[in-house]
Amino acid sequence: MTAALTSKPAFLSPPVKTRRDARLAVANIGVAIGAFGIAAFMALMQALSRANLDLPWRSAGMYYLSVTAHGVLMALVFTTFFIMGLGVAFANASLERNVSYPKLAWSGFWIAVLGTAAAAWAILTGKATVLYTFYPPLQAHPAFYLGLTLVVVGSWIWSLVLLATWYAWRRDHAGRTTPLPMYGMLATIIVWLIATIGVAAEMLFQLIPWSLGLKETVDPLLSRLLFWYFGHPLVYFWLLPAYTIWYTVAVKIAGGKLFSDQLARVVFATFIVLSAPVGMHHQFMDPGVASGWKLLHTFLTFGILFPSFLTAFTVTASFEVAARAKGARGLFDWIFKLPWGDPTVSSVLLAMLLFAVGGFGGAINASFVTDSVVHNTAWIQGHFHLTVGSAVALTFMGTAYWLIPRLTGQELELGLLAKVQPYLWFLGMVLFSIANHVTGLMGMPRRIYDATYQGSAVAEKWQALTLTSAVGGLFLFMSAAFFLLVMLGTVLAGKRTETRRVEFSDTLLPESNRSSVFDRLGWWTVIAIILVLIAYAYPVYSQLQMQTFGSPGYKPY
Amino acid sequence: MTMHVHVYERAWMWAAGVIIVLFLGTLAYAAVAQGLRPPSHVEMIDPRTVWDDPRFAERGEVTQADGSVVVTAVAMTFAFQPAEIHVPAGRPVTFRLTSTDVQHGFQIVGTNANTLVIPGYVSQFTTVFKTPGEYLIVCNEYCGTGHHMMSAKLIVEAAP
Repeated sequence: MTAALTSKPAFLSPPVKTRRDARLAVANIGVAIGAFGIAAFMALMQALSRANLDLPWRSAGMYYLSVTAHGVLMALVFTTFFIMGLGVAFANASLERNVSYPKLAWSGFWIAVLGTAAAAWAILTGKATVLYTFYPPLQAHPAFYLGLTLVVVGSWIWSLVLLATWYAWRRDHAGRTTPLPMYGMLATIIVWLIATIGVAAEMLFQLIPWSLGLKETVDPLLSRLLFWYFGHPLVYFWLLPAYTIWYTVAVKIAGGKLFSDQLARVVFATFIVLSAPVGMHHQFMDPGVASGWKLLHTFLTFGILFPSFLTAFTVTASFEVAARAKGARGLFDWIFKLPWGDPTVSSVLLAMLLFAVGGFGGAINASFVTDSVVHNTAWIQGHFHLTVGSAVALTFMGTAYWLIPRLTGQELELGLLAKVQPYLWFLGMVLFSIANHVTGLMGMPRRIYDATYQGSAVAEKWQALTLTSAVGGLFLFMSAAFFLLVMLGTVLAGKRTETRRVEFSDTLLPESNRSSVFDRLGWWTVIAIILVLIAYAYPVYSQLQMQTFGSPGYKPY
Repeated sequence: MTMHVHVYERAWMWAAGVIIVLFLGTLAYAAVAQGLRPPSHVEMIDPRTVWDDPRFAERGEVTQADGSVVVTAVAMTFAFQPAEIHVPAGRPVTFRLTSTDVQHGFQIVGTNANTLVIPGYVSQFTTVFKTPGEYLIVCNEYCGTGHHMMSAKLIVEAAP
């Protein structure tokens, strides 16, 4: 089954209406950047609060409200909408066809926007100060739960549209391997569809009926099981699009070629298989969950380090290829030959550096012995600002500099700000993250309005470092503001230019475009589901069988 | 299907595999040889009747016949009851905790004593304090507007 014999000749395919899909992608990324802007402002308020500046709005209620808004808008809204926009753009460019069912795709977008508006209203009016983990029996306004559910429903529609697009492409290209950018997005979608079953069950069977008064109590531990079943693969939903960008875009812009296409597929397939059956490593300190299950999840968690190690090699090697093509000869001089002035490339390189540290921190969190020292301390926010806050967010910002001009047909404006922005983010994040890791090791809890504990001598020792984290926060806000200015400037005043194509990296050695075992995504999904059943079916079943006492809702905010 | 894997790539994959096996080996050693399993305790309680429940009706420290100590405490918005706990150094201390309302955390700063407190469940763990002194206990799971005020004191006394 060679590609040439079975695929339709290209001239029979309908012409690709790039503008049509570009509008959908830009709409999604626009909502993402809007949410990012509000969330960044919330973070500024927290930084000023951490610095103990007595500002008029400063209060405990406002602080916890801003933490909730920052978490929901950054971790759930910014990421999801950005990934949806990226998926549409990547499907269009890598499959060279329009996405299927455009009306359905737009309705998914508007459902997610409506959901975001409802959740944002509940949070910003103080009716949902439950943080982005929304653990019951803290209870929020029903609009919060309904809104977030609609965001997930919108993302499901987006997933189905991209899957349909891929099926249509496969019909026309039998025997061909899926282009890597689309392969990365498909892995993202599969991880997301498996993961969101957990949060959908929590919302539909527990939180929504309970917040509407149809159900008197919920079992908080069952909620935690369902939430973390969703919560850990959620991080791979964020990370896999970033990896896809590292492999297929950043390498290309740097002038390099992908060191190995096949190993990139090994990485994505491993994530499909191992993303979900690991969630209990977030519940090491929970009562009610049997020790043996926590141990099984620990072991699986370490398996998932492997694909990230591979990514570190392949992407770095591909960058080295770029630098050697520009004449680098020595052992290390290639590092300096990389285009550090290109905001997309520098964003990805700095994101990779921060992620290397964050990854080892993750191994510490996943070891239950060391987790007991850092669990729920400031260490944790130090950790995930290196992972989602840097590896993912910095990559997405860098990607926007490259992608938005290609989608809107405009020149990037305020290029100097764009050049400086990734470095400011890096500096801010180093200060913020080191301060939080260290205060966490010293025992400072995460998410506290005031870290003085009525003049406690131990808490006194944290103070210098909390100020450092506040300074880091100010740099981060400046960086976020630069990013927003560049985006606004580009969209509002960017010079019209002839549209450049969205292009992806080639491989270093010619590789077969024949379909391989990695293209059998159905089988990888089946293996993933079997592992999920092994890791979760019995614990959830026994939780439902045991006599538990539910909790009524509380709103102590 | 033959897969081309560069020699450097192959070496890196092996190195990554070895690191992961070492990580897992450490954990397996801790779990099997040292008996260090993930903390866990499965016991239910009705969160609405905690104060009347015989297990939590009396709170504070009780010294057992063998010299070990059991500490019973309740977490609620935004305090621990009792607010001051006295235990001897060098003896096993078992903490038993539950919540009357939302989820809380119980963390003794400067030690690895750290547990979540979930309404409807009893958290239990045993530890030994080597160094006498005053320790700060904090709630490390967001529980509402007064979360940062929720703390208590642990006094570890030199054993007689």
